[in-house]
Amino acid sequence: MIRIHGLEKRFGNLHVLRGIDLHVRPGEVVVVIGPSGSGKSTLLRCINRLEEPTAGEIYVAGEKVPKGGKELDRVRQELGMVFQRFNLFPHMTVLQNITLAPMKVKGMKRDEAEALALDLLAKVGLREKANAYPAHLSGGQQQRVAIARALAMQPKAMLFDEPTSALDPELVGEVLGVMKQLAQEGMTMMVVTHEMGFAREVAHRVIFMDEGRIIEEGPPEQIFREPREERTRAFLRKVL
Amino acid sequence: MKDLQLVWESLPLLLKGALMTLKIAGLSGGMGILLGTLIGLGRTSGIRWLSALLGVYVEVIRGTPLYTQLLLVVFGLPQLLGVSFDEFPAAVITIGINSSAYVAEIIRGGIQSIDKGQMEAARSLGMSRGMAMRYVILPQAFKRVIPPLVNELVALIKESSLVSAIALVELTRTAQLIGSRTFRSFPLYIAAALIYLIMTLTLSRLAGVLERRLQASD
Repeated sequence: MIRIHGLEKRFGNLHVLRGIDLHVRPGEVVVVIGPSGSGKSTLLRCINRLEEPTAGEIYVAGEKVPKGGKELDRVRQELGMVFQRFNLFPHMTVLQNITLAPMKVKGMKRDEAEALALDLLAKVGLREKANAYPAHLSGGQQQRVAIARALAMQPKAMLFDEPTSALDPELVGEVLGVMKQLAQEGMTMMVVTHEMGFAREVAHRVIFMDEGRIIEEGPPEQIFREPREERTRAFLRKVL
Repeated sequence: MKDLQLVWESLPLLLKGALMTLKIAGLSGGMGILLGTLIGLGRTSGIRWLSALLGVYVEVIRGTPLYTQLLLVVFGLPQLLGVSFDEFPAAVITIGINSSAYVAEIIRGGIQSIDKGQMEAARSLGMSRGMAMRYVILPQAFKRVIPPLVNELVALIKESSLVSAIALVELTRTAQLIGSRTFRSFPLYIAAALIYLIMTLTLSRLAGVLERRLQASD
């Protein structure tokens, strides 16, 4: 579903990604862990080109992600993205947040888009908030709306960039619950997170990154119980 | 008492002057907002040469006094080109261009004040840059630019008094003319100041109403 070859990213003198090769299969849930500054978020943001890669190639559903233009917009429709800071549109209601892109980008009719939005809101448990503005929702509710908004484009894969890092601890569970449900439905997901419990329980594969490289990858049981690399062990000792 | 009577008798002329002030401020303000918005959008377009060019425009216009610009257009240019301009349209256009530079900076500031995550979220949904601007960024920026735009219009009402230098008779000039004819300037300038104040306060109040209406989502 997502193929990454020799991905490198430099910010000036900073070499953030130093050659990443990765293949995410359809229906697979890949969780990326690692210390801050290891390049996890940048990796995710390079996939839909919110960051421009310095080198390397990325394919989504067999199609090379183009540099820009309409073709890039089309690939982005296939990749839902959920951000750490939710990034809901504050001047729109929940319903408008979700229906905007399907209507304007896909040309979906209002009735159809609203029916879809209400279905998705029901799925994330927020149907009664359809007409609320983001400012009146808790962080956890906002993030669930953001997930519904991304799903409304009916993407082939979802990218989660630290989706619970900006949440109060008591609100983390509701967001992880929605993500878990999504994983169980077979959505292809790539998740950057510090939630080791989620990684252990939901991931098919865990990737440990450090200093711009993939240090180790494997099924969660292996990564968490018997990591092969010393750096992975050191990281897990600190966070667990 | 005599002062009040003088002001009362001069009121029709003062109001005529005020109307001229409003016409100049309104027309040049409208032009400034229209042109300035386009320039502000151009400056944030991400097209480098365009942004740089418009940056020079803004710096030059803001870096020279409006008074000098007015004299240049109305007296200087005609000499160079061998034509003459009507004072009124020349004043409106000159002040409009002057204002557009300030408006452009207000618009640019408004757009750049919107969190970068908004554009990213919109683009990640497959929206083009133009769509994201139209549906996501500009509606949010609009709210933020209203107060500084009102400031700009208030400034225009006051600065339009400069057109007396090119023989247009607006509010201040009217007060000056009557004052020098009757040798009693003080009450007339006070009256003119009050009329300015009424115009600018009305504008601020209207802006306040508009701002409150737009705050539904906050």
